[in-house]
Amino acid sequence: MPAGGCRSVRAVMTIATTAPAQEGASAPERPARRRMRALDSVRRHYSAWLFLAPALILFALFKFVPMIRAISMSFKNVRPYLGDQWVGLDNYRSVLTDSSFLSACWHTAVIAVAQTGGSMLVGLVLALLLEGTARHLWIVRTAVFLPTVTAMAVVAALWRIIYYPAADGALNSVLGWFGLGPSQYLDSPHTALISVLGVGIWRSAPYDMMIFLAGLAGVDRTLYEAAEVDGASIWQRLTKVTFPALRPVFGIVLTLAAIRGLRVFTEIYLLTNGGPSGSTEVVMTLVYKLGLERNELGVASAGAMILLVATIVLTLIAQSRRRRAR
Amino acid sequence: MNRRLDTALGLGGARGPIGVAVKTILYAVVVFVFAGPLLALLVSAFGKVTDPTKLSLIPHGFTIDNFTEAFHQGVLRYLANSLIVVGGGLLLQILVSISAAYALARKQFPGLRLVVLLILSTMMLPEEILAIPLSLVLADVPVIHVNLIGSLAGMIVPLGAWAFSILVMTEFMKEVPVELEEAARLDGAGDLRIFFSVVLPLCRPALGVIGIFGFNMIWDQYVLPLLVAQDSSKFTLALALRSLRADDTVGTGVVIASALLALLPSVIAFLALQRQFMRGLTSGAIKG
Repeated sequence: MPAGGCRSVRAVMTIATTAPAQEGASAPERPARRRMRALDSVRRHYSAWLFLAPALILFALFKFVPMIRAISMSFKNVRPYLGDQWVGLDNYRSVLTDSSFLSACWHTAVIAVAQTGGSMLVGLVLALLLEGTARHLWIVRTAVFLPTVTAMAVVAALWRIIYYPAADGALNSVLGWFGLGPSQYLDSPHTALISVLGVGIWRSAPYDMMIFLAGLAGVDRTLYEAAEVDGASIWQRLTKVTFPALRPVFGIVLTLAAIRGLRVFTEIYLLTNGGPSGSTEVVMTLVYKLGLERNELGVASAGAMILLVATIVLTLIAQSRRRRAR
Repeated sequence: MNRRLDTALGLGGARGPIGVAVKTILYAVVVFVFAGPLLALLVSAFGKVTDPTKLSLIPHGFTIDNFTEAFHQGVLRYLANSLIVVGGGLLLQILVSISAAYALARKQFPGLRLVVLLILSTMMLPEEILAIPLSLVLADVPVIHVNLIGSLAGMIVPLGAWAFSILVMTEFMKEVPVELEEAARLDGAGDLRIFFSVVLPLCRPALGVIGIFGFNMIWDQYVLPLLVAQDSSKFTLALALRSLRADDTVGTGVVIASALLALLPSVIAFLALQRQFMRGLTSGAIKG
């Protein structure tokens, strides 16, 4: 909100708050007094709405209006200057019968599942390995966490270089130490998807690690003592004490990561832009191409809506399961 | 207390040369995998890097040629754009969020639950999915009919609507004792006065949390600048990295130096506000 706006708001607010703040719960009220009270309450709520106004305006303009337009465009043949034409479910039909959309859905699902599973597994291993209060552990954790705060654009630029497909490229050199490789990585349809997954896991596993670490810190230490007294091995302690205690954390990480996986766009756009030969095309890169490059806004919106419904369904399932678990 | 019982794996109890050696090797591998690539970026940015195979953790000479060439390519301009967007966006986001949070945490009014629900629901709306209609809205903002495409303002204004910082701030404000405000009210302070001189100073820890998260969120922005920027004069550093890479006349060294410039602000911000970051991560995630 601009400063000038603030000043005029202040004038209104001072008026609004001169009304008495206490709400009397006196029994029978005469109509006149009730009207006064209603007026008072409107005035008082006025200030609440004023504090909310900037947020509500921005949310309306940049979240809800686009949302509504996306829904409405998905049922229309959008023709700039000519006026839109209502086409019912045609856009959905053409998107759902399009083999490139279906394969993009498949790639999205693969990425969502594999990236979620992969980063949870790596994150859990990292968390178990780096749990503790020692200072050197804190330093290692900080270093490991850095990929997560790195902008995706930087991650992509960096990994394009690491994945350089020549035999003396960075990762191929490392593979060479173990007598493996060289691989084509992002440049071959056979390895592109898994290479993209590798970057995704590299960037999101440390995030999962931090959430697991928070969960691990909450595990009752007396349970470890009890397990020790009972002569349990480390593995038994993990599977019988630690993992059950982490169950709610697993749920949270799973939800967050799956949603993150479904909406994947930027990393694909920057790493492969869907190629080579469509092997990494996901729903959002396809929608972007349909909408902004081929200008088929209606079909693109239908594709985006399908993904949105999937995201919402997933979120709601996860939330209801979490609520039931409580 | 037995150190084997401190952690799930009990690694703190590993003693003797073999235990220490195994632990050290494991830590080294982990750091190599996750921090190594970023360190290679730092090292290579100051080396003679002519092609992608020269990315290395081991310095080969020292030169700032990559940076001078990058500046020649207009990278300072992109950096300035990025800083304007992050500065303006963060300021807007914080002001909007604390103002909304104050109303949500402190006021009782009809419609409160609906507003909370609406704001919460946007957390389920991935910005990527809204990209196309958002670009149409930005080209002709409803009611005021302004075209924000091609201007930095178009990258900044939508950042003000972020549910996460409103929710974190609301939760925090609910914990702040209400007595101080009541005392100020008795002394005749108005809502705005109370907001700025009583509530805000008490919320400083939460400001750190939404500040670092907001910074990260904005610095990571790609879709919004992609929709808004029409020519390279409005590119942010994130956008520029792709066009620099695609340009055959620009060497890998320039890309690496520019990537390092895009990396450093986020790393510095994270290291400076690490405690707040972790607090936000755990509170936001665990409470869900």
